[in-house]
Amino acid sequence: MQASISIHDSPELRYVLRLADTCLILAQRLGQWCGHAPVLEEDIALTNMALDLIGQARALYTHAGDLHATLNGVRYDEDQLAFLRDERDYFNPTLVELPNALDGSAAPGDFAQTVLRNCMIASLLVLVWTALLRSNDKALAAIAEKAIKEARYHQQHYADWVVRLGDGTDVSAKRMQHALGLLWPYVSELFVEDAIDRAAATQGLGPAWSTLRASWMSQMQSVLEAAQLQVPQLNAFCSTGRCGVHSEHMGFLLAEMQHLQRAYPGAVW
Amino acid sequence: MYTQAMDTAPKDATPAVRSADEAALQTRFDARIDAGEFIEAKDWMPAHYRKTLIRQISQHAHSEIVGMLPEGNWITRAPTLKRKAILLAKVQDEGGHGLYLYAAAETLGVSRDELLEALHSGQAKYSSIFNYPTLTWADVGTIGWLVDGAAIMNQVPICRCSYAPYARAMIRICREESFHQRQGFDALLTMMQQGTDAQRAMVQDAVNRWWWPCLMMFGPPDDQSPNSAQGMRWGIKRISNDELRQKFVDATVEQARVLGVSLPDPALQWNAARGHWDFGAIDWSEFWQVVGGEGPCNRERLSARVNAWQAGAWVREAAMAHAQKHTIQQEAA
Repeated sequence: MQASISIHDSPELRYVLRLADTCLILAQRLGQWCGHAPVLEEDIALTNMALDLIGQARALYTHAGDLHATLNGVRYDEDQLAFLRDERDYFNPTLVELPNALDGSAAPGDFAQTVLRNCMIASLLVLVWTALLRSNDKALAAIAEKAIKEARYHQQHYADWVVRLGDGTDVSAKRMQHALGLLWPYVSELFVEDAIDRAAATQGLGPAWSTLRASWMSQMQSVLEAAQLQVPQLNAFCSTGRCGVHSEHMGFLLAEMQHLQRAYPGAVW
Repeated sequence: MYTQAMDTAPKDATPAVRSADEAALQTRFDARIDAGEFIEAKDWMPAHYRKTLIRQISQHAHSEIVGMLPEGNWITRAPTLKRKAILLAKVQDEGGHGLYLYAAAETLGVSRDELLEALHSGQAKYSSIFNYPTLTWADVGTIGWLVDGAAIMNQVPICRCSYAPYARAMIRICREESFHQRQGFDALLTMMQQGTDAQRAMVQDAVNRWWWPCLMMFGPPDDQSPNSAQGMRWGIKRISNDELRQKFVDATVEQARVLGVSLPDPALQWNAARGHWDFGAIDWSEFWQVVGGEGPCNRERLSARVNAWQAGAWVREAAMAHAQKHTIQQEAA
């Protein structure tokens, strides 16, 4: 079996990996929908978003590999970073790793939970990429310039679906409200302030995600209002994926994603 | 992706001409076909021609969307980010092909919902190649190389199909299929030339399993395909099943040599007199068994499509309801 790589404990590197892992892990979930969506057009749209996210992740992992080389002389390529880390070295928010139907209601997923999560994450990424356009890391700013256009489209597309389903039939409204109840508790984590984000903001690398909370809430509230959905209260629960401590779903996701890289050491694909 | 040459005539075909006017239209239609002209959606066409096209185009569209399943099976396990992106894009292309083809079929006066109902009820067929399982990553490359390769052989002549909307859709589809075929070959070549012994064994195993089903993709032998003649007469079918199959074998033998894999047919040998590769007898009982519903994955594939459609009903209903509310609000404003 192929052994894991070890990651340098640098705030700058972790900041980039948080974003890269957010893109990759959500793409992994969206890939599960392929061939199973409610209509062909949305099958293609889900795949398209996954493809955009993979492209963003690839650019970010390549950049993270360069950063790693400057930190300790070890350069990792995009695939080593994507496939050969231990679970605790992935730094995506827990929200993106959750199954497409968190309540186990449907395979390969519940479309209500899927469009809601896509809307939530795309809205966040639009804000992150927008702020990163001003990053003093030129490579990161260049990635943001390409990614922002894709994220805007994803945000628009899935906000439309949230509204369509929230304000569709009684059944769809109930399903959307149920989805919101399942996913909303994972919002708190997105905007937790910590040393990694503070360092990034201080250095001019990128925004502390906590500073994006007000804009994100405002955008989501206007979408949810148009969808006629009630925004749940946030309780004390706060997930911790961005610190590397994930949900019990992450291990399965990684086992599947890493399977070939782990099982065939020395292979070239 | 992959149409499968099959019997192209509907069983209830009735080519009877009902009136002098229709006889004149029929004569003019035949003359246009003979002159190599294209038929457009609004042009008069015999009912039998229309039904044959609906059947073939929808069968092709169904093959595209069912074909998303065996390859989609590997998206979450693709071994590198590059291969994952290529596979996602490829499966997305197949969904797009399904869309063009359903749209082409709709020009003949049938709705996508009706066509899907025929698929889900088992009344309509799709290419039986997708009733085989994808067991390893090498299957993904092999499908690109062999299955898409066979599909291209089948489909390039359809770019000259007499029905213009179908021909136009096929031109775009064939371009993308050629790309898929090269990507599949590249994935296998990388494993064969730069990979480990385990990877090379994986590729050979995949080729061994897919070779014969791919030869079956061209449909029954010409002497057992009595309705092909009508398809040829109408310019829907341009080249016979056996000719296409031979063309595929001739092209593939050299590609297999470049890859460094063997093809699982001891009878495969060059025939200088014919100028073609001879190949062994195809087990047509397997073909008819799989077409008849007794392949390794028939039930799974159709169930996956039916389940996706049924589980998504609430989404489609909600979208319709929302659109109607929106329309009413706009009209009231």
